[in-house]
Amino acid sequence: MSKKEKIPRQDMPEQDPKVRAKNFNEVPLGYTEEQAVLEAKRCIQCKKPLCIAGCPVDVDIPGFIKSIAEEDFIGAALKLKETNALPAICGRVCPQEDQCEKVCVLGKKGEPVAIGRLERFAADYERESGNIMIPDVAPPTGKKVAVVGAGPAGLTIAGDLVKLGHDVTVFEALHKAGGVLIYGIPEFRLPKSIVDAEVDYLEKLGVKIVVNAAIGRVKTVDELFEEGFDAVFLGVGAGAPVFMNIPGENLSGIYSANEYLTRSNLMKAYRFPEYDTPIVRGKNVVVIGGGNVAMDSVRTALRLGADNAYIIYRRTEVEMPARTEEVHHAKEEGVQFKLLTNPVEYTGNENGWVTGMKCLRMELGEPDESGRRRPVPIKDSEFIIDVDTVVVAVGAMANPLVASTTPGLEINRWDYIVANEETGETSRKGVYAGGDIVTGSATVILAMGAGRNSARAIDEYLK
Amino acid sequence: MNRIVKNTRLSENVFRMAIKAPEIAAKRKAGQFVVIMTEEKGERIPLTIVDSDREKGTVTIIFQVVGKTTMCLAAMKEGENLFAVLGPLGMPTEMENFGTTVVVGGGVGIGVAYPIIKALKEAGNKVIAITGARSKDILILEDEIQEICDRLIVSTDDGSYGVHGFVTNVLQDLIESGEIINRVFAIGPVPMMKFLCEVTRPYKIRTIVSLNPIMVDATGMCGACRVAVGGKTKFACVDGPEFDGHDVDFDLLTNRLRMYNDEEEEARKGCRCNE
Ligand SMILES: Cc1cc2nc3c(=O)[nH]c(=O)nc-3n(C[C@H](O)[C@H](O)[C@H](O)COP(=O)(O)OP(=O)(O)OC[C@H]3O[C@@H](n4cnc5c(N)ncnc54)[C@H](O)[C@@H]3O)c2cc1C
Ligand SMILES: Cc1cc2nc3c(=O)[nH]c(=O)nc-3n(C[C@H](O)[C@H](O)[C@H](O)COP(=O)(O)OP(=O)(O)OC[C@H]3O[C@@H](n4cnc5c(N)ncnc54)[C@H](O)[C@@H]3O)c2cc1C
Ligand code: SF4
Ligand code: FES
Repeated sequence: MSKKEKIPRQDMPEQDPKVRAKNFNEVPLGYTEEQAVLEAKRCIQCKKPLCIAGCPVDVDIPGFIKSIAEEDFIGAALKLKETNALPAICGRVCPQEDQCEKVCVLGKKGEPVAIGRLERFAADYERESGNIMIPDVAPPTGKKVAVVGAGPAGLTIAGDLVKLGHDVTVFEALHKAGGVLIYGIPEFRLPKSIVDAEVDYLEKLGVKIVVNAAIGRVKTVDELFEEGFDAVFLGVGAGAPVFMNIPGENLSGIYSANEYLTRSNLMKAYRFPEYDTPIVRGKNVVVIGGGNVAMDSVRTALRLGADNAYIIYRRTEVEMPARTEEVHHAKEEGVQFKLLTNPVEYTGNENGWVTGMKCLRMELGEPDESGRRRPVPIKDSEFIIDVDTVVVAVGAMANPLVASTTPGLEINRWDYIVANEETGETSRKGVYAGGDIVTGSATVILAMGAGRNSARAIDEYLK
Repeated sequence: MNRIVKNTRLSENVFRMAIKAPEIAAKRKAGQFVVIMTEEKGERIPLTIVDSDREKGTVTIIFQVVGKTTMCLAAMKEGENLFAVLGPLGMPTEMENFGTTVVVGGGVGIGVAYPIIKALKEAGNKVIAITGARSKDILILEDEIQEICDRLIVSTDDGSYGVHGFVTNVLQDLIESGEIINRVFAIGPVPMMKFLCEVTRPYKIRTIVSLNPIMVDATGMCGACRVAVGGKTKFACVDGPEFDGHDVDFDLLTNRLRMYNDEEEEARKGCRCNE
C-alpha cells in the first residue's frame, strides 16, 4: 500500500450546529490551502478516471485536482471552468455523493476523494484572489440571441454564446438574476454574493441582463423574433408550486416552499424590518416533503426562531430525495423528523390561522413506478400536530406563462416543453429549451449542461 | 429603474403617479396591473394600471397610502426612479359589448374602476358608473369618469356630497328602478364587494370583482395570492385578479389580508419617508 492512501479524507470545518441554527451564515467554512493540498494528494490520478464518467458535464476531475496538489490553485480553477461555468456554485450544491464521488475508485475500499470540496476551494480561491480572468471574446457575429430566464441554464448558455461573439440578452421575470440560486437556495447553503459575482462576470463578458421582464406578458417569444433576435432559448425553470389540495390548505400561516423561500432569500425577509418584506416567524413549524427544498425550508424555519421545526415525510429516510449532507445538517441543527406520516387536513382558529394538522401514519407497501415502495395509510392512525406555520414542499411544476403564449411550441402532458435531449431544439424553429422546464425539477448541474448543449446547437444554427 | 414623471395628490391619502415604462404602456389592457418596488430593500406591491400614454411611454397608477411602501411611494418626487416595475400582469378584463353595464368603484377602487369603464365604453357598452367614498373630500376622479361614461352616480357615506348612502343602496335602487343591467363590475374594499355581490345575486346579474390579495412575485410562482372561487383554489395574479364575485370566498380573502398586520405596523413605524 502506498503512503498516499493513508491520508484521511479531509473534513471541512463547519459552524457549530447550535450556533448556526440561529444565523444565516454559510455552514461549511471551506478548506485551508493545506487541507486542500492534502485532500488533493489522496487522488491516485486514475488512467481511466471513473469520476469523470460520473460527472454530468465531464469535468476533468483528476486534472484540476492535480493542479491543486501542485499548489497551482488558479490553474485548477481555470481547468474547472473549461467545462463548468459555475464551479463555486456546483462545489456547494451538486449532489456529488450521487455523481463523481459515488464512483471514485477510492470509495470502493474507503472514502472517495472530496471532489466537491476541492472544486469549491479552487473556485473560491480564484474569486477571492480578485484576479478573475476575463477570457477573450470572439469577434461579433452580428447574430442576436434572447435567453429567457436567468437560472443556471440561462446563465450558462448566455456565457457560452457571448464568448462565441453573439449578442446575448437575458430576460428575467424577477428583479434579480440567478433563478433558484437566488430565490430558492438559502444563504446558509449558497451565499448570494457568489451568485452575484457570477452574474457580474457574465455582464463583464458582454451579456445584457434585463430584469423585471416576464416573457409572455411584456412581450411574447414571437415578438422577440420580430424585434430582431435570431434565436431564443427558454430556461424558465419549473417554478410553479404544487399544493396537496387537502381541506384547510388556504388558512393563514400555510405557505408553498416557493413563497417561504422567496420571501426569505430573494426578499431577505429574514432581515425584516431592515428589508420591508415580512415572513411568519412560527414557533411550531411543519415542513411537508423530503427533498432539498424541504430541508432548506425547515432549516430556514429554525433560523427564523422556531421552537419546533418538523419534517413530515410519507416514506422513510432511505427514500428521501434530499442530499444526505442536508439531512445530516438538519438533524444536527435540531430538526425533528416525523417519517411515514402524511397530512390529510388542517384546522384553524376564528381568525383563519392554522392551528392543527391532522395526519395519518403510513407503512411501506409494494414498489410504485418510481421503484420506491409506495406508502399506504394505516387504518385509524390519525393524530393531530399543533402548528402555527406550515410549508408545503411536495414538488414543483411548469409555469405555463411562456408555453401558453407561444403558438406551436410542443409541451408534454405535465406542461413541460418538449426538447431534443442533445440540442434543446423544440418544435419551433429557432426556439431552444433546457433545464427544469424540459426535465422537470432536477439539478443545477443538469440545467447547466442543458444550457451548454444548446449553446453549441444554437451556434451551429446561426452559422 | 423607472423614472417617475409626475406625482400628484388627489385627496389626503390618494396619489396619482405617471411612470416611464414604454413597453408596459404599449402592451397593457384594462384590468392589468404592475408590481413595483420603490427601492432594493423594499417590498413588491401590486398596483392597477389606471391609464397609459403610448406616445409618452408612461403608465399611470393611483394608490392609497396604507402602509410603508405606499408611504414611501407617496413621498417620491418627479425625476426620481423606482427600483423595479414589472408588468403588465394578470388577465385583462373580459371585454365585449355586454349591453348595459354598471361599474361600481369604492374609495381608491374608483381608480381601479377607471380603465374598466374606459374599455367598456370603447367596446360599445352603455356604462353607468357608481362611485362612492366616506365623504366628499376623499372622493376622486369625478370629472374624469363623468367624461367617459354615460351616467355617473356619486354617493358619500356621510351625505356630504351626492347621494347620501352606500354604493350598495345606489345599486339596489338602480336595479329596482327597472334598469336592465347585463353585467356589474365591483371594485373596492372587500366588504363592499361582498355586499354588492349579495345585492346582485337574487337578480342573477353577473358580477365581476377585482381581488387584491397579498402578492409576492405576481407571475404564478409562489401561491401567496391564492383565493377560493367556486370552491377551487386560484392564483389571483395569473388566473385573475378579476373573478365572478358570486363564487368568491370573501371571508378567506379578508383573513389572508390580515396575515401580516403586526409586521406591517412595525414597518410603518420604522418608515422615515415623510420626515
Ligand atoms: C429550494 C431548492 C433547493 C435546491 N437545491 C439544490 C441542490 O442542492 N443541488 C442541486 O443541484 N439542485 C438543487 N435544486 C434544483 C435546482 O436549483 C434546479 O434544478 C435548477 O435551478 C434549474 O435551473 P433552471 O435554469 O432550469 O431554472 P431556474 O433556476 O428555476 O431559473 C429559471 C428562471 O427563469 C425565470 N423565469 C420564469 N419564467 C419566466 C418568464 N416568463 N420570463 C422571464 N423569466 C422567467 C425565473 O424567474 C427564474 O429566475 C434546488 C431547487 C430548489 C427550489
Ligand atoms: C391586483 C391588485 C391591484 C391593486 N391595485 C391597487 C391600486 O390600484 N391602488 C391601491 O391603492 N391599491 C391597490 N392594491 C392594493 C395594494 O397592493 C396594497 O395596498 C399595498 O400592497 C399596500 O402596501 P403597503 O406596504 O403600503 O402597506 P402594508 O402595510 O404592507 O399593507 C397594508 C394592507 O395592504 C395589503 N397588502 C400588503 N402587502 C400587499 C401585497 N404585497 N399585495 C397586495 N396587498 C398587500 C394588506 O391587506 C395589508 O393589510 C392592489 C392589490 C392587488 C392585488
Ligand atoms: S476516480 Fe477518484 S481517485 Fe480516480 S481520478 Fe477520479 S477522483 Fe481521483
Ligand atoms: S403572487 Fe406569487 S403566485 Fe401569485
